[in-house]
Amino acid sequence: MGRIRDTGLIQEEPLIFEKGRRGRRGCSLPEWEVDEVNPERVIPSHLLREQWDGFPEVSEVEVVRHFTRLSQWNYGVDSGLYPLGSCTMKYNPKLNEEVAKLQGFSKLHPYTPEALCQGILRLMDELGAFLAEITGMDAVTLQPAAGAHGELTGLMMIRACLRDRGERRSRILVPDTAHGTNCSSSTLASFQMVGIKSDERGILSAKQVKEQMNEEVAALMVTNPNTLGLFEEELGEISEIVHQRGGFVYCDGANLNALMGIVKLGDLGVDVVQLNLHKTFSTPHGGGGPGAGPVAVKRELVPYLPIPVIERQGEKYYLNWNRPKTIGKMRAFYGNVGVMLKAYAYILSMGGEGLKRVSELAVLNANYLMKKLKDHYHLPYDRPCMHECVFTDRYQEKNHVTTLDIAKRLIDYGFHPPTIYFPLVVKGALMIEPTETESKDELDRLIETMILIAKEAEENPDLLRQAPQRVKVRRLDEVLAARKPKLRWSPK
Amino acid sequence: MKDFNRYLPHTPEEIQEMLEEIGLEKVEDLFKMIPPPYRLTKPLNLPSPLSEMDLLRSLESLQSPLYSSFLGGGAYHHFIPSVVSHLVSRSEFYTAYTPYQPEVSQGTLQAIFEFQTLMCELTGMEVSNASMYDGASSLAEAVLMAYRITRRRKILLSETVHPEYRRVIQTYIDPEHHEVVSIPYLKEEGRTDPYSLFHHLDREVSAVVLQSPNFFGIIEDLSGISERVHQEGALLIIGFSEALAYGVLKPPGLFGADIVAGEGQSLGIPLSYGGPYLGIFTTREKFIRNMPGRLVGETIDLEGRRGFVLTLATREQHIRRERATSNICTNEGLCALMATIFLSCLGKEGLRELSLKNLSKAEYAKKLASEIRGCRIGFTSPTFNEFVLELERDPQEVLRELRREKILGGLSLARFYPELSNHLLVTVTEMNRKEEIDKWAELLRKAMGR
Amino acid sequence: MKFPEELLYSETHEWIREEGNRVTLGITDYAQRELRDIVYVELPEIGAEFKKGQSIGVVESVKTVTDIFTPVTGKVISRNEELKDHPEYINTDPYGKGWIVQMEIQQKEELKGLLTAQAYQGLLPKEE
Repeated sequence: MGRIRDTGLIQEEPLIFEKGRRGRRGCSLPEWEVDEVNPERVIPSHLLREQWDGFPEVSEVEVVRHFTRLSQWNYGVDSGLYPLGSCTMKYNPKLNEEVAKLQGFSKLHPYTPEALCQGILRLMDELGAFLAEITGMDAVTLQPAAGAHGELTGLMMIRACLRDRGERRSRILVPDTAHGTNCSSSTLASFQMVGIKSDERGILSAKQVKEQMNEEVAALMVTNPNTLGLFEEELGEISEIVHQRGGFVYCDGANLNALMGIVKLGDLGVDVVQLNLHKTFSTPHGGGGPGAGPVAVKRELVPYLPIPVIERQGEKYYLNWNRPKTIGKMRAFYGNVGVMLKAYAYILSMGGEGLKRVSELAVLNANYLMKKLKDHYHLPYDRPCMHECVFTDRYQEKNHVTTLDIAKRLIDYGFHPPTIYFPLVVKGALMIEPTETESKDELDRLIETMILIAKEAEENPDLLRQAPQRVKVRRLDEVLAARKPKLRWSPK
Repeated sequence: MKDFNRYLPHTPEEIQEMLEEIGLEKVEDLFKMIPPPYRLTKPLNLPSPLSEMDLLRSLESLQSPLYSSFLGGGAYHHFIPSVVSHLVSRSEFYTAYTPYQPEVSQGTLQAIFEFQTLMCELTGMEVSNASMYDGASSLAEAVLMAYRITRRRKILLSETVHPEYRRVIQTYIDPEHHEVVSIPYLKEEGRTDPYSLFHHLDREVSAVVLQSPNFFGIIEDLSGISERVHQEGALLIIGFSEALAYGVLKPPGLFGADIVAGEGQSLGIPLSYGGPYLGIFTTREKFIRNMPGRLVGETIDLEGRRGFVLTLATREQHIRRERATSNICTNEGLCALMATIFLSCLGKEGLRELSLKNLSKAEYAKKLASEIRGCRIGFTSPTFNEFVLELERDPQEVLRELRREKILGGLSLARFYPELSNHLLVTVTEMNRKEEIDKWAELLRKAMGR
Repeated sequence: MKFPEELLYSETHEWIREEGNRVTLGITDYAQRELRDIVYVELPEIGAEFKKGQSIGVVESVKTVTDIFTPVTGKVISRNEELKDHPEYINTDPYGKGWIVQMEIQQKEELKGLLTAQAYQGLLPKEE
């Protein structure tokens, strides 16, 4: 590559291992203060590390420039509209970031005696109560680290309750619109997944559930609104059917952004629901986490909650480890507290009125988009949607333009693409979730852009097929990456 | 206009325009599809919204006081260079999603590739994923992976593995299909009893699970174990909770481990009352397709330029669905970035020096403690930055006295090991100043003198 | 797309070449086209026995995974090790270099239930 860089302000930047020089250091460490111990005097030499060559040797300036440049290749919510369906990429309030940095939380060791942790325990207890109120459930565990983790927790609780009853139900009904984690969580919890089809309206029918529900089925897993962005209108009736035959209703709460203050999942008969704090409750996605996946349950499942459970005696909060029917623990310690702090601050900033407004505007935005784009993109289910809507590439097929091409062309116009090829029930799906934090101006810009892209697909489809152009790297070879996996840097 | 509207850009006029465009009269009409009995008529019972200032004040008051601490046991108070928090606060990193569209996520992807490389170096293994939730769940997933590979029912799990990690493993496995055999530790030395281990090792064992340094801070001697484990067709899984130990100790990969899974919180991640932390998961190339978690791979683009993508996604939940290697989706991406920046700052020399400082300070504290009447070093084996003290007084009472002087003197082991009811786990890092350690020792002496 | 006349086909898109008491098995030109670039093939162990209709392995492209089913009962006696380094042979030469396994079969009557090239083609969705 040489020293000359000709890519303008979007700089090229090698791997950190390809930088630096022998002897360079990037930090200032606390002083020795005590005598340096020669490790060989206290530890047998065959247990000691002999070389550190794989670690970089760079200065602080190099570290800062390296990661600053890397960050400039990324697109985040702070860069612009991020319409990924089912991800709820809403704005992350900066106040919440400040809250998480407060040292009386960030420097707190998890084994600090409870008497010194009353504040954080109270916060966690209140957060649980808020989430229970929003979902219409009876109790909450904050332990799971992400949505999928929460799903597994919820399913394990169902399994424990059934075994407690002496029942051996082995099946979980999973709709064809389900998120992939629903299926894999079922397997991890030792259940067998049985598919259930959505009907021509794109939702589950009570009739279909009645046919498939029996005493072998432990639970029905449902997402509401579902991944087509549609409200599961028959869920109330469906829950009754499932309960009548002794099963549970598990709800994947990833799409809660459409429902806050509008309807309570508990009222619809849901027994367990996991929430995604990094979706609905505005905590940042972090490029792949950390998130948090609290699970809210109805009374019947409370004995099975993971330990410890935060409880209150008078004014004092404590961690209760003595819960004989608990499923156990899903991770060390109590949950992603750093993430909970942000969600807590969010709920306190919005209040009930604000959260309802959030859902109203999220649904308004999605319906507005749907109406404005339906003449240009094929809408497989032409019905009022909730917080997200799904289009396909059917109108563009005749020009040999695919959903992938449309997505890549959006990048050239400064947008992050929507979710593509999910849900699987729709061929060539394009799932758009604007969220409530996008203004009408921004939506109009997306609409105009997408209409332009649809026109390009008719008149000059190569523009889409060659997209993206205005990026650092174009159409990376995923086949090569899978055939010859290169998963780490190695010295020559 | 309520303050929370700073996050909701719509003006009443815009809302009207949009409703008109859709063909509705009022916002409530958007929810017509919800059957009336379920539509909420009352507002949510939540506190009234707070202004930014009131919120901060209210949260500030919930903070805990910060005492001088000798607590460890899976979470460690280490130095975090200012550069780390500064760089991860760049919103292009923290407000980004999972890098499914590689053209707009090369920053995240390259950083993860660097993370994967660093984790291999740290653990001495061949391949790493992009992170798991924490050390405990990472170790549990390692056990599940061993079941998938060997198709056998049993694991041998040392009692010196962190008690909470063991509990998590027990939770993850289904007792109807799998069995956990507990391997005791040697009473004097505090390390896994090798006789018991090899006695139970047979062809029904899927994996042997050990931790080093173990929960008592003791460095387990892993020599010769992998050979015997492999002879029986089983896998050797090594867990850890103090990642910095490998700055001075030989990593488990060099002892023939098949999977190394543990906690990376020590690498630049705040204590944060237990989370978010960083699960590290590394293994051998031959097991790649059985691995859980995301993987970033190097490739080239249309014009031959180097780039990075998520790869081998067919193992994961969104493709393989019910037959996936795990259900993990969102992991601890930003924490992995913190660790990458941390290790870049420290570099080769810094990592070694930081680890040695931990060892030296802990040895200093150990020496002081061993000279106190009524205090005895609990186990004879070598340790890194944690060690066990046996006291002739009830440790809870001793800790209470230290607490009055604003010192969290250690972790009483009675709650985890009933047979160690007189024992304390003491952790010393580079963050404990010499005068702090001297004070701790002095107060301990006073407490034991009573 | 090609569908050699001398082969037999299954509804799940595998082809069979009969060789006395043995068969060679692979996936059809249609299957490889649907899968697109194949990145990995999970082959069964030599000596593994399968009943008719069981999955004997898996074929992966970047974004999909699909089972390979055996339309006959048999025991694996050899497998195409080349596919480890060259999974793309299934794309470029599905009936030749892209063969997957060879099996010894026990119930030759099962072959009667398989489809001819014409019958198989008739099952495929019509090209638009």
